[in-house]
Amino acid sequence: MIKNNKKTPKNIILSLENVSISYGTFEAVRNVFCNFKKGNITSLIGPSGCGKSTVLRSLNRMNDLIPNCSLKGTVLFDGTNIYDKRVDPVEVRRRIGMVFQQPNPFPKSIYENIAFGARINGFTGDMDELVESSLRKAALWDECKDKLNDSGYSLSGGQQQRLCIARTIAIEPEIILMDEPCSALDPISTLKIEETMHELKKNYTIIIVTHNMQQALRVSDMTAFFNAIEYEDGDGGKVGYLAEFDSTNKIFNSPKEKTTQEYISGKFG
Amino acid sequence: MNSLYYQKRLSRNIGDKFFTSLSVICALIAILPLIFLVTYILIKGGSQITPELFTLEPNPPGDDLDAGGINPALIGTLIITTIASIIAIPVGVGGGIYLAEYSKGGAFSRFIRFGVNVLAAVPSIIAGVFIYALIVSTKILFGSMYSGLAGGMALSILMLPTVIKTTDEGLKLVPNELRYASLGVGASMYTTILKVTLPSAFRSTATGIVLGIARAAGETAPLIFTALFSYYYITSFGDLFYEMGSLAVLIYNFALEPYDAQNKLAWAASFILVLSILSVNIFSRILAAFTEKTKRV
Repeated sequence: MIKNNKKTPKNIILSLENVSISYGTFEAVRNVFCNFKKGNITSLIGPSGCGKSTVLRSLNRMNDLIPNCSLKGTVLFDGTNIYDKRVDPVEVRRRIGMVFQQPNPFPKSIYENIAFGARINGFTGDMDELVESSLRKAALWDECKDKLNDSGYSLSGGQQQRLCIARTIAIEPEIILMDEPCSALDPISTLKIEETMHELKKNYTIIIVTHNMQQALRVSDMTAFFNAIEYEDGDGGKVGYLAEFDSTNKIFNSPKEKTTQEYISGKFG
Repeated sequence: MNSLYYQKRLSRNIGDKFFTSLSVICALIAILPLIFLVTYILIKGGSQITPELFTLEPNPPGDDLDAGGINPALIGTLIITTIASIIAIPVGVGGGIYLAEYSKGGAFSRFIRFGVNVLAAVPSIIAGVFIYALIVSTKILFGSMYSGLAGGMALSILMLPTVIKTTDEGLKLVPNELRYASLGVGASMYTTILKVTLPSAFRSTATGIVLGIARAAGETAPLIFTALFSYYYITSFGDLFYEMGSLAVLIYNFALEPYDAQNKLAWAASFILVLSILSVNIFSRILAAFTEKTKRV
């Protein structure tokens, strides 16, 4: 464990300090400062190509898996810069879980889908109990308690996504990142996932990227609005930046920035 | 106004018919050698199949009418192919994993991919001569010269490219989402490959391995330089270090003998060899079909 060497306010679990992320020579997002509060649901919204997914993936070093992706600046988690050379990305991902846009269960049974992560994390307790409690937290238990040995693929899209959430919960992360978790789902499944998120809020910090502004309004405490503009020193492409970050209430009712107002009211995006 | 009905005599329709039939004929001619070869061997060799064939040693060519059986060659082929698999499968799968999972498409991995393609095109006799120079003539294996072990090594060189390529291709087909899922729950690269990606690519990799084995089992040229031939039963582990018979070399040796009995034995051996390679190929097709089905779940 690397010693805590920087001070952050107590209720801030994750903070971005002057983060810029590039793919090769293309800069995707520039100079982001942002503090995520513990126990909150924070949503990241903004038009396509503004770098919100990129920022989300940078929070648990999933960007490492994309060739040529590089990050400047600091991402402080638990007082440690997770981009420090001494940091093990595997350990980061164990404490900051992720749910992806497309439901991606393992080609294994429902039970094994959840047990997999726990097992490789050295879980030694009662696995049956963990599977049940994870599925309960993800509001999936009642629907699949009788078919735990069926393939994860046998579930519907919405159920698969909740299975992925249960799988993430099972490793007891401190933060759950969600990258447009409902974009591939129908409204009813979406609603169920949102209910799940409200339940999860009690124990976890959630950061979610969404294209659905109603969803951001429904689920989140804080909202970060990302936008993309052309910089003069750039090569003509648009570069993402954090336009406004405030409580969801303020962002949707009395935004400070004009672009936020325009985006919220559907004038572009 | 031309009628809308199909007119046979129109020159474009005649031309069309002509080229359609031409391509059908070419396709038939292409498949003819296989049909003739298989039927000829089935008729010539199938009539020679007796229970003794599988249990007896071959008799040295002479004027006696009974040529014996092919037991040592059959067992020898099995052993040599197994040795080749033991060497080629771990190395090949490991190499494939490196190419598909770890390499980032740099100069080194491009060099390996190129090298694998070159290796796949190397004539099999070269693999034999190479092992002959490296192992047989130097007596490096505990002083033994021609041996089943050397034969297995020569065949493993031929298997290697197939195994590397199919592992590489099979792993590349595994969707990235699955890797992200595993890494996202805090699995290391090693766990991800071992527990998630490799099992997903298992059947396509297995198909490649089976095809590699099928190719190696029928090779003659590399074995002439390395395993040579033996008339005697394989009885102990130590026999690995001596000359070892194989179906392919038995066919090569006995088909050229002036004696009828030996020729017949060669036909019988051909029959067994073709049948086993055919069944291995069919097995790999079944394996591949099975993969398709599981993917759609």
